[in-house]
Amino acid sequence: MHTLSDRAFTLSIWGAAALGAAAFLWLLGDLAWHGMAHLSWSFLVSEPLNAGRSGGIAPILVSTLLILAVALAAAIPLGLGAAIWLAEYTRRSGALGRSIRLSLDVLAGIPSIVFGLFGNAFFCVFLGLGFSILSGGLTLACMILPIFIRTSEAGLSAVSDDWRHNAAALGMTRASVLWHVLLPAAAPAVICGLMLGIGRATAETAALIFTSGYVDRMPESLSDSGRALAVHIYDLSMNVTGGDSAAYASALVLIVLIVFINTGALALSDRWLTRRITAT
Amino acid sequence: MIWSKPSSSSRWHADRWLEPSLGLLAMGAALILLLVLAFLLHEAWPLLSEGDLLHLFTDGGWYPLEGHFGLLPMLWATLAAALGAVLLAGPLGLASAIFQQFYAPSALARLYRTVLALLAGIPSVVYGLWGLTVLVPLIARWQPPGASLFAAILILALMILPTIALTSASALAAVPKAWLQGAAALGLTRKGVIMGVAIPAARSGILGGILLASARALGETMAVLMVAGNVVQNPTGLFEPVRVLTANIALEMAYATGTHRAGLFASGLLLTLLVLALAWMAARITRSAHPV
Repeated sequence: MHTLSDRAFTLSIWGAAALGAAAFLWLLGDLAWHGMAHLSWSFLVSEPLNAGRSGGIAPILVSTLLILAVALAAAIPLGLGAAIWLAEYTRRSGALGRSIRLSLDVLAGIPSIVFGLFGNAFFCVFLGLGFSILSGGLTLACMILPIFIRTSEAGLSAVSDDWRHNAAALGMTRASVLWHVLLPAAAPAVICGLMLGIGRATAETAALIFTSGYVDRMPESLSDSGRALAVHIYDLSMNVTGGDSAAYASALVLIVLIVFINTGALALSDRWLTRRITAT
Repeated sequence: MIWSKPSSSSRWHADRWLEPSLGLLAMGAALILLLVLAFLLHEAWPLLSEGDLLHLFTDGGWYPLEGHFGLLPMLWATLAAALGAVLLAGPLGLASAIFQQFYAPSALARLYRTVLALLAGIPSVVYGLWGLTVLVPLIARWQPPGASLFAAILILALMILPTIALTSASALAAVPKAWLQGAAALGLTRKGVIMGVAIPAARSGILGGILLASARALGETMAVLMVAGNVVQNPTGLFEPVRVLTANIALEMAYATGTHRAGLFASGLLLTLLVLALAWMAARITRSAHPV
């Protein structure tokens, strides 16, 4: 039953898939090619010179990791607490729980540049933190909180009620059930949500330009301004003529970092799924 | 109820403060949204309180230093770039989803899926870098100056393609196998099964994914900023440079003060409303999605 139109359809589907694959191979090939040419160990461990055209990205890597650390230090306790409360202490249909979930979903949809505006107005100006790693990290914490909370909540809700019944029958307090039973059981989901958040935070540029700033010196404290890797790529390619090869090398470093994180999240969520299936 | 009432013995002590403090954390997380909206409004207030909101749309152009805050040229540019990207990436993404769901051998489909998932995670600034150094010079050789609405559409399309492909594929995967087998048993060709059964059944999931991708295209900053040329003007041709709302904020925040700063926050507010409206529509459509 292979009519002409059927064959044309098959051809166009394969063609579209090949077109997409080709575009991405082109992009990844360019990145690897140009990036590898400039990438070296000394690039990773030395200071940028001449506005980043030569030298390396050591202070920028340190700033990136510090911003990430601040974001996680703020998001993990707040997010985990909120997720536990949503999963364990509210009913699915409760008004308060529903409105909190709704507000988190809305927050997740806000464009990153708007988070940048908010971070600048709230953390930098209103709280007086100025352009600093602290401001940038806290802005990112607001950004990654929704996805972290919703993933962790889903993980906790997926733990079978039998476990709660058994723990209650043993006379455990709710605090110790949480600590010894529920959180370990939901840990892969929590970590997966965390990794998704880290991936998003590491890739972020727009929210950081006006919160953590542009300074490319080695940060001495959290109240110093520090340039994130993504901001560095933007600055090199837009504002520094002749910075392209350094920009490509930085982009390669950033992508390797993110692929590493994403693969971790994928592997963990797979493991979590198989464990759920075998557990029930 | 699973839990009995806590007794007054000391080992229950932790439980008594646990619930209220966790509740407080949850409220805190929910409060962030209010905080964001409140600060956007507060910062935009100097401009909003000055008079009617219509000025944002009726003023001829964006001359913030002279008190003209016409957002329309940038709004049109934003919409044109997002629409163009969706028109390009929508069919391609759907075709990629059909490919991995119905045509590709399973090993190839798995590989394709992994690659798409990784591409969805590539930072927008990297897409921008590639667009600026590879795509824009190519376009410039054909239609100078290169940095243009067209470049923005191409880069945005590339960025949202993985999202559309992945959401469409999972919508197609949710169509009951029995329907497909039934259609095949009736003698439909593979094209007939896909066009006549699979796509109509997965319609709302696919549409929801496309709307989500448009929301992402509207809110995207870095990639568009780097390739669109950033001249404030109505988009009159594909190869004219344009400036979108997000790029305008990123470019001018560094030195904006007074009502100029308020104008940027007002445009941020407008952008947020646009994106949230799209996300809301996407959620509504996807919720009505369940086939069976």
